Amino acid sequence: MALQITESCVNCWACVDVCPNDAIYEDKPHFLIEPDKCTECLGDHADPQCAAICPIEMAIVNELGEFLNPPGSLTGIPIEKLKELGLWRDAA
Amino acid sequence: MELPVISNNAPAAEGGGCSSSGCGTAPDGLAHLPDHIRAKVQDHPCYSEQAHHYFARMHVAVAPACNIQCNYCNRKYDCSNESRPGVVSELLTPDQAIKKVLAVAAEIPQMTVLGIAGPGDPLANPGRTFDTFRQLSEKAPDIKLCVSTNGLSLPEHVDEIAKHNIDHVTITINCVDPEVGAKIYPWIYWQNKRIFGIEGAKILIEQQQKGLQMLTERGILVKVNSVLIPGVNDQHLKEVSKIVKEKGAFLHNVMPLIAEAEHGTYYGIMGQPEPSQEMLQELQDACAGDMAMMRHCRQCRADAVGLLGEDRGDEFTMDKIDVMDIDYEAAMVRRKQVHDEIIDKLEAERGVAKPKPTDIPEGSRPVLMAVAGKNGLVAEHFGHAREFLIYEASPEGVRFISHRKTELYCGGMDACGDGDLVEAGGTESLLDRNIRILAGCEVVLCSKVGYEPWAKLEAAGIAPNGEHAMEPIEEAVMAVYKEIAATGKLLPQADTLKVA
Repeated sequence: MALQITESCVNCWACVDVCPNDAIYEDKPHFLIEPDKCTECLGDHADPQCAAICPIEMAIVNELGEFLNPPGSLTGIPIEKLKELGLWRDAA
Repeated sequence: MELPVISNNAPAAEGGGCSSSGCGTAPDGLAHLPDHIRAKVQDHPCYSEQAHHYFARMHVAVAPACNIQCNYCNRKYDCSNESRPGVVSELLTPDQAIKKVLAVAAEIPQMTVLGIAGPGDPLANPGRTFDTFRQLSEKAPDIKLCVSTNGLSLPEHVDEIAKHNIDHVTITINCVDPEVGAKIYPWIYWQNKRIFGIEGAKILIEQQQKGLQMLTERGILVKVNSVLIPGVNDQHLKEVSKIVKEKGAFLHNVMPLIAEAEHGTYYGIMGQPEPSQEMLQELQDACAGDMAMMRHCRQCRADAVGLLGEDRGDEFTMDKIDVMDIDYEAAMVRRKQVHDEIIDKLEAERGVAKPKPTDIPEGSRPVLMAVAGKNGLVAEHFGHAREFLIYEASPEGVRFISHRKTELYCGGMDACGDGDLVEAGGTESLLDRNIRILAGCEVVLCSKVGYEPWAKLEAAGIAPNGEHAMEPIEEAVMAVYKEIAATGKLLPQADTLKVA
């Protein structure tokens, strides 16, 4: 089991610095997670660290393609507003 | 509000007006500062109104990560057309940053200050930030170092900051009340968790205040920046000001919220209004007390290069730097020469107390004038000015009040990629908008002005004036003030005169 980074990523490095497994690396067009190294932080932290610091909604997904930070969860912008602006998706 | 307030005296709102040393004969509003602080700031372009005309600064964007979210920030920061904090074009490694600083400092010998200001939070990137400072203090020890931070991880880095001989730290403090904070900061990342709302804001505020106190105890200068957000923290900032000054901040700089919809920030999307010029000035007067400093703050990008108000970043992209042929030793010698010359010049200016103007009738009211200026001269066309400098002329003399930006911050949707966030057109033309931001000014001084703006300015009650092109700004403002005074228009009308 491993998390993945989506194309929403803005390459801000925040996750790289907090990953306990050094599983995240710089790549183009965006950072990636090495699936073999990612443990979803089990045993190290209560929450996966990349998803706990990531400032961008929809940038981290689990194996089911579910967003760990779905639209509206970090900014507080109402879902209706996001839909109006075309910024809403329910899965990767 | 659980923060300890050291003194229970009445708020330290030292009267605005002209009663104090910030006005009139003091050349730079620094006269009230204790000697050891004044010595540190009087040659710093960001702190000294006088010095910013001569000394240049740069920011290097080595700190991309952030540990909090602010409602006025969008982490999609790589836009080349915007000028505001948090925005950069090119992220640098510490090694690249050093190369860039040395190249800029060789090409622009007026360079005195290197700041690390983002685009994230420098102290959320301690490895990259301190590596840059360490290398630079070895290779260019004459360059002053500054860092700005949101304060969340400040306490744990205070000793490291002291070690690197960084003598200025800027903390952005927008509130001292967690309930206000929850409206500004949706979450923080703290001890391996994301913490939302009031709980997160409370931790952030405690860390900011603790960090502020630890820095001042170590003799490190602290400036506090606050973003003025109407309806959220406008009146609250007076309390912030009182508390941060009691804790030893030497300066409180109030900046206007930037919240354009196309920036994609929470405030931008939700239609949070930006402050009016009047509100900004009222809060700046209330919070600055008699410190007439920082009115020239330009809210620079996190990769700005050059004199304040200009950005020469495009000349120093990494690919251009790679092919430059630079003699670093010679550059440092040249820099020393140039710095010494500027310091002599500044000292000479400071030594001369500005004479009070003559032949202005007592009781003449002050007049605000907008200037399209460059390098201290009335040197821009009205239509080309990216900002207007606002000066007040009165029988006491001329003083700088603030600058007002004219252009839209973002050049277009292509660069931002958020086409659908851009609000459709708007009915106001750029010219109308630029005239509106001059509200309160009676004269606009520029090198030239076209026929259409001329007519519109006059209709708006603002007299266009192109008679003083290429003259030093303060002399030109005083000359115009004297002309108006000579007409008798500045004296109170006899029938409204009240006897005290």
